[in-house]
Amino acid sequence: MKTLMIIGFVFLGVALRAQDPKKILDKVDQNMSSENRMFESTMTIHGKRNSRSISSRSWSEGSQKSFTEYLSPASEKGTKMLKLEKQLWIYSPTTDRTIQISGHMLRQSVMGSDLSYEDMMEDRKLTDVYAAKLVGEEKIGDRNTWVLELTAVVEDIAYYKQKVWIDTEKYVPLRQELFAKSGQILKRMELQEVKMIESRWFPTLVIYKDMLKEGKGTEFRMTNIKFNVKIPDYIFTKAALKQ
Amino acid sequence: MLSMQLAFRNLIGAGLRTWLNVTVLSFAFVVIVFYNGMLDGWNMQAINDTRDWEIGKGQLWHASYDRYDPFTIQDSHGGISGHIRSMVAAGRVTPILITQASAYPAGRMLNVVIKGIDPDQRILELPTQSLAQTTNELPAIIGKRMASRAHLKKGDQVLIRWRDKNGTFDAREITIVSIFDSNVPTIDNGQFWIPLAKMQQMTGMTNEATLLVSREPLNNEAVEPWIYKDEKYLLKEFGEIMQQKKGSNKIIYGLLLSIALLGIFDSQVLSIFRRQKEIGTYIALGMTRSQVLKVFTVEGSAHSILALGLGALYGIPVLAYLHQRGIPMPKSADDAGIAISESIIPLYSFGMVLSTILLVVISSTIVSYLPARKISRMNPTDALKGKIQ
Repeated sequence: MKTLMIIGFVFLGVALRAQDPKKILDKVDQNMSSENRMFESTMTIHGKRNSRSISSRSWSEGSQKSFTEYLSPASEKGTKMLKLEKQLWIYSPTTDRTIQISGHMLRQSVMGSDLSYEDMMEDRKLTDVYAAKLVGEEKIGDRNTWVLELTAVVEDIAYYKQKVWIDTEKYVPLRQELFAKSGQILKRMELQEVKMIESRWFPTLVIYKDMLKEGKGTEFRMTNIKFNVKIPDYIFTKAALKQ
Repeated sequence: MLSMQLAFRNLIGAGLRTWLNVTVLSFAFVVIVFYNGMLDGWNMQAINDTRDWEIGKGQLWHASYDRYDPFTIQDSHGGISGHIRSMVAAGRVTPILITQASAYPAGRMLNVVIKGIDPDQRILELPTQSLAQTTNELPAIIGKRMASRAHLKKGDQVLIRWRDKNGTFDAREITIVSIFDSNVPTIDNGQFWIPLAKMQQMTGMTNEATLLVSREPLNNEAVEPWIYKDEKYLLKEFGEIMQQKKGSNKIIYGLLLSIALLGIFDSQVLSIFRRQKEIGTYIALGMTRSQVLKVFTVEGSAHSILALGLGALYGIPVLAYLHQRGIPMPKSADDAGIAISESIIPLYSFGMVLSTILLVVISSTIVSYLPARKISRMNPTDALKGKIQ
């Protein structure tokens, strides 16, 4: 029995060494990142008493530009959000005004969800900002995953450490935990309903949970996803907010 | 002298009418003194408290810092070096480092500000020594308003999350070691005070500060690259609020004074109408018209002298009592965001009382003179006959 266990551990060690975490992360980036993308989404925020859904349409180009238009409910319809590099503007149709979100306002949650404006602005490739270490293998549901520990290699990063569970076949993260420098867990994301879209695997449902707050989390479901489509330049301008 | 004697004799002779006017005028006088005393007392108390708890005798700000613009906080920090460092060592200034954060008391999220301060500082009245007298790894002091808002009490631990100088998140539990009670909400609402060295370590801003509070005015001292903000500048908004308050109070006591003066004006018109024979007699006895006018003007303005006397009679005990006991302020006054204590001690300065006396005397003299001007146009013969003019 003891011998079997030793053999088992040796095999596991060999198997782990055989996988280059950087290559895994690279393949994850190939699936998750794109030059540009367009999608429609429904964000369901689970509160203490009830849940509410907000639908939107988004366009993004690389990690620096994105534009979101809220479609429903009626109270949010017409609200638009523009992100250009490190700046974020929101247009509200009820006041017909555009405001820039910065400073402590970036830490506020987006429409009561578990996502902050800051979270929405962090969209860099994992390989650009993290060094990966393979720390084990686990099963999530019926899927085999590699568990990677990511440590920041750049200084200007929001989350110093991440733990990511990567599907061994599809190379998409199925779970992500974001940590503070002190090691305190801050957020957890469960990525589900992985679908083949335009020759890449992509999770279409993400469940965000702010681990410091009470609540059941926020579901973010994407539909009509299109990668590498031509997006007109005017979309990423402040003028587009009022159109 | 004769006109004074005549004036008082006539006034006393008028009986109840005089005393009604005098009572109303004395009431206006006492209310004006009370209102101004209360505002001056509040002003003095707020300035003292703000100076003791928040601004010291002036502050040195980082060039990017603007206390009314939270967007500036992120970039408002700089190294303490050279002359400023020696001032810190001498205890002449104390550095404060500010960063924005989120606190999570009982699973709720609150946007807060963390301020790092030297636990050994003696410039501000904040009980920072509590930060030194603890073995807790990350101690914090908070004000009673913050404690109430976040439902925190002494000994509680609360998780806070902040970003370091590079924007990386960090989170730790802090322990509340003391809850202070200050009349100054601007050092309390939404704020955690922690040891400066811990704060510098947590944010990676070694030996840096956002501002420095001074023990003494630094008007002629070289403090570059820091920008000196003197007490006058730091209290400017409060002064403006006081001026606005005084303005609105002037309307209230202006109305009260107007009612009293209207009574005097009315009495004067009636006197001149009813006492034409008397006026004619004065002139027939050799008084000039202006002398008669003076008698009537003095008679009207003598209301104010009597009013001051009467006001002093009941006002001094009442105002002295309020000065001793203070004027309790409602709890909601604290939410206004300006320094206000639970009870205001009114302050009756000599200048304020004197200016109020002059206001009452001069205004009653004017309203006495205006109807008396008619005397200068009177025909003495007709007046003596009692003919209505």
